[in-house]
Amino acid sequence: MAKPDSLQGSLDLLVLKILSRRPRLHGYAIMSAIKESSGDVLRADEGSLYPALHRMEENRWIRAEWITKDTGRRARIYELTAAGKKQLADEESRWHAVTSAVNRVLRTV
Amino acid sequence: MSLWSRIANVFRGDRLNRDIEEELHSHIAEAITEGRDPGEARRAFGSVLSHRESSRDIRLIPWLESLCADAVFGWRQLLKRKVTSAAAVLSLALAIGSCDAAFRLMDAMLWRPLPIAAPDRLYVLSREVAGPDGKVLASDMFEYPLFRQMRAQVKDQGELIAVSSADHIDLTYGSDQETEKAYQQYVSGWMFQSFGIRSALGRVFTENDDLTPGAHPYAVLSYDYWKRRFAADPKVVGRTFRTGNEVYQIVGVAEGPFTGTEPGTVTDIFLPTMMMKNNAIVRSDYQWIVTLVHLKPGASVPLVREKLRPVFRAFVEERAKVSLNPHFAAFIRDQKLIVNPASAGVSELQQGYGTALFVLGGLVMLVLLISCANVANLMTAQATARQREMALRISIGAGRWRLVQLVVIEGAWLAFFAAGIGACFAWWAAPLVVGMIGTPDNGVRLILPADWRVLGFGVTMALGCTILFGLAPALRASGVKPASALKGGNPQLRPHMMQLLIAVQVAFCVLVLFVAGLFMATSGRLSRQHTGFSAERLLTLETVTPQPQPAPLWSQVADRLRTVPGVEAVAVCEWPLMTGGIWSNFISVNGAAPGPVASYFLSVSPEWRAIMKIPLLQGRDLRASDILPGSALVNQAFARQYLEGENPVGRSFEVVPYEGHRDRYRIVGLVGDARYRDMREPMKPTAYFPFQADYSRATFMIRTVSQNPLAMASALRLEVPRARPGFRVSNIRTQTALIEQHTGRERLLSILALFFGVVALSLAGVGLYGVLDYSVLQRRREIGIRIAVGAQATDIARRVITDALAVVLAGSIFGIILGIASVRFIESLLFEVKATDVGALALPTVTILAVALLAALPAVIRAVRIDPVTMLRSE
Repeated sequence: MAKPDSLQGSLDLLVLKILSRRPRLHGYAIMSAIKESSGDVLRADEGSLYPALHRMEENRWIRAEWITKDTGRRARIYELTAAGKKQLADEESRWHAVTSAVNRVLRTV
Repeated sequence: MSLWSRIANVFRGDRLNRDIEEELHSHIAEAITEGRDPGEARRAFGSVLSHRESSRDIRLIPWLESLCADAVFGWRQLLKRKVTSAAAVLSLALAIGSCDAAFRLMDAMLWRPLPIAAPDRLYVLSREVAGPDGKVLASDMFEYPLFRQMRAQVKDQGELIAVSSADHIDLTYGSDQETEKAYQQYVSGWMFQSFGIRSALGRVFTENDDLTPGAHPYAVLSYDYWKRRFAADPKVVGRTFRTGNEVYQIVGVAEGPFTGTEPGTVTDIFLPTMMMKNNAIVRSDYQWIVTLVHLKPGASVPLVREKLRPVFRAFVEERAKVSLNPHFAAFIRDQKLIVNPASAGVSELQQGYGTALFVLGGLVMLVLLISCANVANLMTAQATARQREMALRISIGAGRWRLVQLVVIEGAWLAFFAAGIGACFAWWAAPLVVGMIGTPDNGVRLILPADWRVLGFGVTMALGCTILFGLAPALRASGVKPASALKGGNPQLRPHMMQLLIAVQVAFCVLVLFVAGLFMATSGRLSRQHTGFSAERLLTLETVTPQPQPAPLWSQVADRLRTVPGVEAVAVCEWPLMTGGIWSNFISVNGAAPGPVASYFLSVSPEWRAIMKIPLLQGRDLRASDILPGSALVNQAFARQYLEGENPVGRSFEVVPYEGHRDRYRIVGLVGDARYRDMREPMKPTAYFPFQADYSRATFMIRTVSQNPLAMASALRLEVPRARPGFRVSNIRTQTALIEQHTGRERLLSILALFFGVVALSLAGVGLYGVLDYSVLQRRREIGIRIAVGAQATDIARRVITDALAVVLAGSIFGIILGIASVRFIESLLFEVKATDVGALALPTVTILAVALLAALPAVIRAVRIDPVTMLRSE
């Protein structure tokens, strides 16, 4: 299922991390932030970002709110919840554990 | 609540769609604002629709949503065919409602646990003995001295509780003029504590209220009676009432819905067993109590039974020894003690109507199955007609399971609607049937609450029906082959399935008709049974006095009643024939030991025989100068049984009520046989004695001039106390009503069975009509071609009818076989009717064939009228 350029299951982590630093972003801004802060290496598959956001919203990690922008267009913006903060910490530590384990394997072999 | 928001989202699907779409579009708009090429941005985003769908599935509960969508769709499908759907719902509702009603009656009478602590640990003692004809006779009645011994024996395992049967007594809270009726029951004082029933007011009995015979004139009211009679007046404690000569003081009201242990009778007033009259507490020859066993937790039934049996054995051995009649002694000695579960209570109603209700339950079940078969056929036909729609659904990606769900939900709509209407029907019908069970003056009251048991049964019924008639069409619909169906292949329905269902319908219908026929024949035979007397224009005035009154005073009242206009003749007797009152004993002729057959006795005034129109065959009537004991009239059965059928006038016999006492009677007349107790037994030996003792209860038999004797009831009721103060009418019934109460069960069964027979017949007829009509519709091309190449109308008609008839015949034969096989379950309810009678077998078969032909008629006409030219052109 995963395309070569997909984020291999780390999309949740990235979204949570970005929202923890910069709350109240809409979907497009989250996508741009991922691109920017990864130096254009990581790209979220644009369309599938939304089901992921909605799933996290259902899990109560993030909460959404409609706002009207200066342009008059409505946008749905997201921010982290308390549960989301905890989830971020969990995912972060799991990520570190996995990457360090992978690194160890790369070093020893 | 996340779950809650997801459920809520199911019901605002459109808004959710708009929300998600707006967000997705704003993404693309944002991209374009950033300066990206609109086309590129859209391509990079992918399919908005597909992303919307996956988001949507996350934000609601997909299965619930599809369920709702299918429910809405199914509802629209039903509305599309309003008439068919309504017919299906109504026929199902009738069947489900009947099942509900039968369930409610059976539950109330047989299964519903008594509202007491640990009803599952309640048992009842019963004595069984093989009767002279090999049938097991069972009785729940015990003697009090035996009860005492048994209670002491199992003290460690549980509590033995004595309860009498509930009596409809006369009592008054004021003067004699204000006499009213209530159901009263003698119970052991410790019953309330053992059953965990506390007092709502005052106190309930304890062991101390049930120690010394005659010393505890206290009464406890049931909560129901307290509310009904006293409007829950708290000042009722301390009030007194009088019944006969006895005065009782109300000490309290029992809490909760407990109204005795006898389903069918609602006890109003509880009295301690020690207050039972006639030395009942110490007499070893008087069986009047039901013995309940309330086991302690962990106590075992076999242990209790083993502990009780030696006591019982010793007691019956003792009884057999003092018995004067050797046949009777053996009978007493052979009795066995049985322990039966009694969590639902014990009543004669259960024995009398238990089997009848089971049979009725079976009949309504069959009607339900017939009805389900109809709906199944209907839905199968519709599923076939919708093959293209189903094929289209599969082609655009619907799973087969989703199609099953679609059709099953449509069925569930039908079933749940029907169950709802059916519940209303049962609400109306169940009390109606209860009303038909009781006799007018002694009504049956069953508690019929609507609780989770009834609700659970209704829901189970609806689900069961859905699966019964919905699953097969659903699987059919989902099994559709899209390629061939969409290509326009003629949807062909396998006819076997429908024909099988029709055969089953016919078989069940024949079975219902067969059973209904047997019940109707039974009821007819019983009501035409010869009674030997005339009940025409006869009114019975059951009259009571506070103290026993000598016979001349009773005749004075009778004389006074003769002067009332509209009264043709008056006589007095102890009780009317066919009331259930029994006086009987063994007869000794020429000083010999009494024989094995007992004779009935009844004390009557001299005018009684003439008023009953019982023929006098030899000798003379009783006279006012005859004394008791002394003279007697006997019937023909008496003469045959004891006097070898010779002319009995002038001969003598003796009655031996107890050891060392012989009452000698001289026969002065021979009269015709008349029924004494019920309609089923053969004419029994009966002797009529002079009405010459002191009586506190007797009955005036009054033949009125008017054809409607009840019209005089109130005038006569007023006249009796005027004739002699202290005499009071307790009950007025026509002799006809007394006779009819013995055929009530059979009449009820035949009415209900006939009703269900007609319902089954019309359902099967409608089903047959539908299937035949449909099959002609399906075969119209074939028939058109046949007509085009020269087939005659008769050939076509024969072709259509032969198919149907074969199915109906097969079904009928199967039904008759089922009927004959099931007859042994209903044998005890039949009277002088044989299942193998030609009439019993032929009637249902002929009826169903006639209905089948009638149902086939429209299909035949349609087939014959097919115009080959139009037909073939349209294809």
